Amino acid sequence: MSDVSAKKVLFEPIFSNNPIALQILGICSALAVTTSLSVTLVMCASVIAVTAFSNLAVSLIRAQIPNSIRIIVQMTIIASLVIVVDQLLKAYAYEISKQLSVFVGLIITNCIVMGRAEGFAMQNPPMLSFLDGIGNGLGYSIAILFVAVFRELFGSGELLGFTILASVNDGGWYVPNGMMLLPPSAFFIIGLGIWALRTWKPEQVEEPDFKMSAHKTREAF
Amino acid sequence: MAIRQFLDGIEHHFEKGGKHERWYALYEAVDTIFYTPGKVASTTSHVRDGVDLKRIMITVWMCTFPAMFFGMWNIGFQANSYLATNPDAMIADGGLREAFITALAVTGSGAGWWDNFVYGMAYFVPIYAVTFIVGGFWEVLFATVRRHEVNEGFFVTSVLFALICPPTIPLWQVALGITFGVVIGKEVFGGTGKNFLNPALTGRAFLYFAYPAQISGDTVWTAVDGFSGATALSWAASGGMEALETQIGWMNAFVGTIQGSMGETSTVAVLIGGLILLAMKIASYRIVGGVLLGMIGMSLILNIVGSETNAMFAIPAHWHLVMGGFAFGMMFMATDPVSASMTNTGRWLFGILVGVMTILIRVVNPAFPEGIMLAILFANLFAPLMDHYVVQANIKRRLARG
Repeated sequence: MSDVSAKKVLFEPIFSNNPIALQILGICSALAVTTSLSVTLVMCASVIAVTAFSNLAVSLIRAQIPNSIRIIVQMTIIASLVIVVDQLLKAYAYEISKQLSVFVGLIITNCIVMGRAEGFAMQNPPMLSFLDGIGNGLGYSIAILFVAVFRELFGSGELLGFTILASVNDGGWYVPNGMMLLPPSAFFIIGLGIWALRTWKPEQVEEPDFKMSAHKTREAF
Repeated sequence: MAIRQFLDGIEHHFEKGGKHERWYALYEAVDTIFYTPGKVASTTSHVRDGVDLKRIMITVWMCTFPAMFFGMWNIGFQANSYLATNPDAMIADGGLREAFITALAVTGSGAGWWDNFVYGMAYFVPIYAVTFIVGGFWEVLFATVRRHEVNEGFFVTSVLFALICPPTIPLWQVALGITFGVVIGKEVFGGTGKNFLNPALTGRAFLYFAYPAQISGDTVWTAVDGFSGATALSWAASGGMEALETQIGWMNAFVGTIQGSMGETSTVAVLIGGLILLAMKIASYRIVGGVLLGMIGMSLILNIVGSETNAMFAIPAHWHLVMGGFAFGMMFMATDPVSASMTNTGRWLFGILVGVMTILIRVVNPAFPEGIMLAILFANLFAPLMDHYVVQANIKRRLARG
């Protein structure tokens, strides 16, 4: 990263360099926590907090971390932050923390957090790293909120628990799509989202692995 | 030759620079339906064959006719038999369908073959029409935007998809299912020839997981409101062999006068179409043989293993053949030339995997009563891997030969 400005590290990960849509990181939690929007929102807040503060902490001591054990040091910092977040959720949002179950703990293994600590915070000053953490957390949040809106709306006809499409079970007209409540639907939505994003920003399209030569024909007779 | 002259006359409008340039895909589709194109491939390696993809697909489409016509008759047969004993029962989704049946049926409540057929038409034709129109729309849209040909593979996909739906399925679900099958199952990977899953089964699997109430259970297979009748597979799951013999009988299941999706009930009708495909070498006998072999082998093993709690273990192979969609899947779905293995050894392996997985899902998994749909999709995923190892083994063998 040659030119790093505060604005760039904060906003670039949202659409131009989205951790889920372009780097395809952190997919596991995108499948697991997106069945309802309220749970997803809490997850987003947790990931933004952890990424931002772990980036800050790693960046503050980046000159002191011995190179050979840097991953372990980063892990320790991230794990401590995740425990703090987990305890806070248990104290103030117990119901939601029960729904999130292991997935708050699994933020530790979220590739985005680790990736930013190793890839950005180790080389950049604290304030910039902090903003980069927020930016990437936001990029992750945008992607999983996008998934969650579709899954909750079409899976149960609700958004944040409010009925939008009255389901047939409650006398309405909407037949809930059961597949949206199953994890594979998140794959399809992420895939379609990536398709839409890359149509909007064609520079994100990857080079094809190989090119087929054009089909040539001649008249048979 | 009037058609040829007409087509040649309008061709320049559709070529590059013509005023209808963007509709070239449609023009090309119509042209090649009437006339075999006079062009041959001139570059890169390709197969030389007298028959092209278009004729293959149309043959497959016609080979589904026995199953389709029998299916329509069976819908009416099931419904009319039930209506004869329960005169108060209502025709499912009345309205237009009921008007159609009353208008065309001779006796109204009788069970003559014509009445049965009309009853079935009232259910099959709308479902097929929706499949065709919605699926065709996506096909033409992608062909136009991406500038590839409108492919007759779609004829096959649409008829197969319609035949594996239950008669009572709501039409909007049909539209959604075929959309998913064509777009996610095929077009996002680049269209016919590049899809690794069977599009018709992808669509059905989507419906199966999204709206299980309308595509599985005991009430969806006969188009009469309030009707409840178990399929052969659910009899087998609840009562084992005893229930199958007393409630259904092997011959009925073989001929197809049982509950099930529209085109899958009659093993004999499916076999007629399937044998034509095999004789014309459009379907690979290796795949069909593999599926049979895997099914017979796995059910024999499970027969020997036995189980005191699961009655399905004791079902013999000849029953597995006639229950559910096994025959239909084996003949029409597993043999899909695009999503199955392409090497000869790979085809045997692919078939065996389908057969074994079908029996495993049917017997051992309590969540899914029918296994062939998921088994074929599962095997589709492994087909490229099998081909890879077969090709590698061949390379190794030839290198060793020196």
